Amino acid sequence: MDIQQLIQRDETCWEIQSHGAMRVPAVIYADASLLRDMDQKVYEQITNVASLPGIVEAAYAMPDAHWGYGFPIGGVAAFDPDQGGVVSAGGVGFDISCGVRTLHTGLQLADVRPYKQQLADALYKAIPAGVGSKGRIHLNHDLMHGMLTGGAQWALEQGWGEDSDLERMEEGGRMVGAVASYVSPKARERQKDEMGTLGSGNHYLEVQRVAEVYDQHVANVFGLRVDDVVISIHCGSRGLGHQIGTEFLRDMAIAASQYRIDLPDRELACAPLTSPLGKQYLGAMRAAINCALANRQIITHLTRDAVKTVFPGVHLGLLYDVSHNTCKLEQHAINGQKKALFVHRKGATRAFGPGHPDLPAVFRQVGQPMLIGGSMGTSSYVLCGTQESEKRAFNSACHGAGRAMSRHQATKQWQGSALVDDLADRGIIIRSPSLRGVAEEAPGAYKDVSVVVDVADRAGLARKVAQLEPLICIKG
Amino acid sequence: MTSMLQAPHWEHFEHGADIGIRGVGATLEQAFAQAALAMTAVITEPGNVASVRSVLIECQAPDAELLFLGWINELIYQMAVQNLLFGQYQVTILDNRLTATAVGESVDQQKHQPAVEIKGATFTELKVAQREDGAWLAQCVVDV
Repeated sequence: MDIQQLIQRDETCWEIQSHGAMRVPAVIYADASLLRDMDQKVYEQITNVASLPGIVEAAYAMPDAHWGYGFPIGGVAAFDPDQGGVVSAGGVGFDISCGVRTLHTGLQLADVRPYKQQLADALYKAIPAGVGSKGRIHLNHDLMHGMLTGGAQWALEQGWGEDSDLERMEEGGRMVGAVASYVSPKARERQKDEMGTLGSGNHYLEVQRVAEVYDQHVANVFGLRVDDVVISIHCGSRGLGHQIGTEFLRDMAIAASQYRIDLPDRELACAPLTSPLGKQYLGAMRAAINCALANRQIITHLTRDAVKTVFPGVHLGLLYDVSHNTCKLEQHAINGQKKALFVHRKGATRAFGPGHPDLPAVFRQVGQPMLIGGSMGTSSYVLCGTQESEKRAFNSACHGAGRAMSRHQATKQWQGSALVDDLADRGIIIRSPSLRGVAEEAPGAYKDVSVVVDVADRAGLARKVAQLEPLICIKG
Repeated sequence: MTSMLQAPHWEHFEHGADIGIRGVGATLEQAFAQAALAMTAVITEPGNVASVRSVLIECQAPDAELLFLGWINELIYQMAVQNLLFGQYQVTILDNRLTATAVGESVDQQKHQPAVEIKGATFTELKVAQREDGAWLAQCVVDV
């Protein structure tokens, strides 16, 4: 990105002043080096987001931002329904509520080291991964309805989880306001055999060790010590979310002129929050959030069973579950007054600070855990929300590293089998149904997640708590 | 006479996170069919997909670009719900109505080594147009 186009507000905050059709400024959080490497498309896309009706304060891009669809990946924007605000299918994306959850194992590195191969095999066998994989669960009409409206709470009722899991998820594991009847027959059809599956691409299940702790107090509250072994699951709402995204993107793009919305990019397809189409999308999108919560919950159950085959008696407790691609109704202070806003986070994580009333009691003093995913061979991070992050970006921060290289370039540069061998030499076991998929997801094809996380910390979007290193990765 | 440039072919084009699919042909139908092959190639080698099952696809849209999006999205849907990969396509288009057959076989992870699942076709770089040399082009980025 051309850095000359931006006004530097502080070390990590850069502003694009309102111009042309922009209704508010756009703000990018990055350091100079991340900014120089960022796609020029991020500038264009975040500027376009700032031109949408009813946008409040500013359009934001997180430090991991890159070229997305309409919104950049790593884009955050809040809309006021009383000011003609919109909901955008492109602002949420195809992979609705894709997210990460992390589980404590109660095991230490020394416990796991001798059994790594066994554990990798057990997890790979238990968790359906990759293209064409189906789960063992078949959803009939009633089960589908229960899942769409009940999320992880429904999964628990079906026997896939523990009551204590729910308090450690956003929304308590169930997104209110889901309307199952707004989910099309095609979206249902695409999902009926996909519950409890990981998917492909950048989705994974990873066994990790806590490599470093940056904030001892918060790490204690989160239950993280150096050399603890945890398991992180990264996946989303599978085919159901993809189909909902596909259908509403098209419908909103066609309907834009009817709502007199001048779209600078069709991918920004949106509808007024108060319109029938806007309400239908919100109902369907919330059902997809429930699908993602239920899916990660079922995978958690499968993971618990698999781990027990290697470590009988071990209990896997949930640290937290966060979503990335959502639009959520939240209260935020605007000019000193609390206002109900619809916050879009596309490839961004919610980051509630200490004292936030929506946080479970266990985290209320320190802030919300945020789980930042790595890329197979690189670190992941645990952060926590800050009070400052509300003013910075409606309590939002980054979600991962973000790609630095196309899939095509990655397959030219790396071979899947060589990559698996190299990672094995570094003590990281990879299990995947596709070697080409492994090459496309090479760790080197991503930005340096450590730099992204450092900038998020320095920008006050979130605070670093712990670093996790991969031991085993089940790659979809 | 069909020039080399007009000869039906497909290619991928670069996108930071995902991948662009492009089909070129002497007719709109050929361009759509070639772009579908480019989509298959995002997942696996199209030549490695046997012709075992045939699926009928029908869609319509207000314009050629939305029709292209609908076509690719319908294929993504059929692949997902029927657990199929397609290696051959025959397309007929009349007044923004498309009728096609997609021929392929069930996904076999060992045989096909499918790299990635496609979530949907996007408006990004979406273009359906006739080039100066007369060849038709159909393209978009697909979200993986």
